[in-house]
Amino acid sequence: MKNYDVIIIGGACAGLSSAIYTSRRELKTLVLTNDIGGQISTTTEVENYPGFLSIKGPELAMKFKEQAEKSGAEIKFEKALAISKVEDEYIIKTASEEYQAPVVILAFGLKQRTLGVPGEKELTGRGVAYCATCDGPLFRNKKVAVVGGGNSAFDATEYLSGLAEKVYLFVRRDVYRAEDILIEAVKAKANVEIMDFTDIEEFVGQGKLAKVRIVNNQTLVKNEIELDGVFIEIGWQSMVNDITGLKDLIDVDEREYVVVDNQAKTSAEGIFAAGDVTNTPFKQAVISAGEGAKAAMNAAVYIQHKRGKEIGDQFSDRAKRK
Amino acid sequence: MELNDNNFEQEVLNYQDGPVLVDFYAPWCGPCQTMGPILEDLAKELAGGKAKIFKLNVDENNVIAGKYGVMSIPTLILFEKGQIKETMVGLQNREILKQKLQG
Repeated sequence: MKNYDVIIIGGACAGLSSAIYTSRRELKTLVLTNDIGGQISTTTEVENYPGFLSIKGPELAMKFKEQAEKSGAEIKFEKALAISKVEDEYIIKTASEEYQAPVVILAFGLKQRTLGVPGEKELTGRGVAYCATCDGPLFRNKKVAVVGGGNSAFDATEYLSGLAEKVYLFVRRDVYRAEDILIEAVKAKANVEIMDFTDIEEFVGQGKLAKVRIVNNQTLVKNEIELDGVFIEIGWQSMVNDITGLKDLIDVDEREYVVVDNQAKTSAEGIFAAGDVTNTPFKQAVISAGEGAKAAMNAAVYIQHKRGKEIGDQFSDRAKRK
Repeated sequence: MELNDNNFEQEVLNYQDGPVLVDFYAPWCGPCQTMGPILEDLAKELAGGKAKIFKLNVDENNVIAGKYGVMSIPTLILFEKGQIKETMVGLQNREILKQKLQG
């Protein structure tokens, strides 16, 4: 059993920001994560993070990591599999270890939705992909499609238009949820064809993707398009069920997002949450980073009170005065 | 260790003494950047044993990448006695990889 003051689950904007703050308050901090950066590690250019006109997603993620480690945080690439409460502390199990701490900060974000249509699973990695920035260049001069109507889909389409011969964008409705500046950029690309009200019914191919069967969900007219690759960017879903025991400890909403108050507190004492994993309505890197810091500061106050330590700093005083 | 189109056969297909994990990556791929240090760390931990871990830049070595039909990166292929034992697409969990390499 390894003991820490704070265990943070998730090593992206929220988690690493938390780690910076808890470590700087001399709290022994462990970050358990599968990767560094989560969603921004698969984003080409991040242009809306304050302080950076434009920075590559993975690069921004590495800066967060560097700062967290420099502040004293320990980062381990282990997946949190289960959580349980013992007296007033929490035990987190990974495949190889058990870790214990009085405070846990949930910052593990979301995972991508799949379409759930025939051929999708079989052809994943063989033409069906979920990361344009990872696989895009492998489809240079080929015909591809992107599925989705939000920022991820439009971002992927813009990126792929510079590589592929032709890019189709299949959108379920005719309303786009992406940032206007991005929508306009995509519409201006000569090799992009946006198809509204379009759903994929099936992925077809032997060993690799050959074509998709699509349907217009208004006219019900069906069609087939030969494609080398399809990038699915239809949004994100909760992963709270991946950690056994988590839902027994904290409340989630109807979409299984972790419910938090405006101080990053969950319904469980000692468990805080920040970023996309929560019911925060806007999922942006800077919001996650901000919430991560908030979670960390509240975690620090919680630990100080718990240990009956002399309240001698500005953060605790403010909390007391409330 | 970095592989290329020229030394792949020698280092991977001709190695008979244990499992070989090859990380097909590209420098512009975010998750690959996370995978890199994880595999380096794992390689250090398993050093002196029978398992080997290599990486191959698919951008610079498209003969081998094409031969194994790599269409998504990162793709990790586990070889044993020159044959493909398993193909894994996407970021992989460190502990699961360790288990597969230790047999």
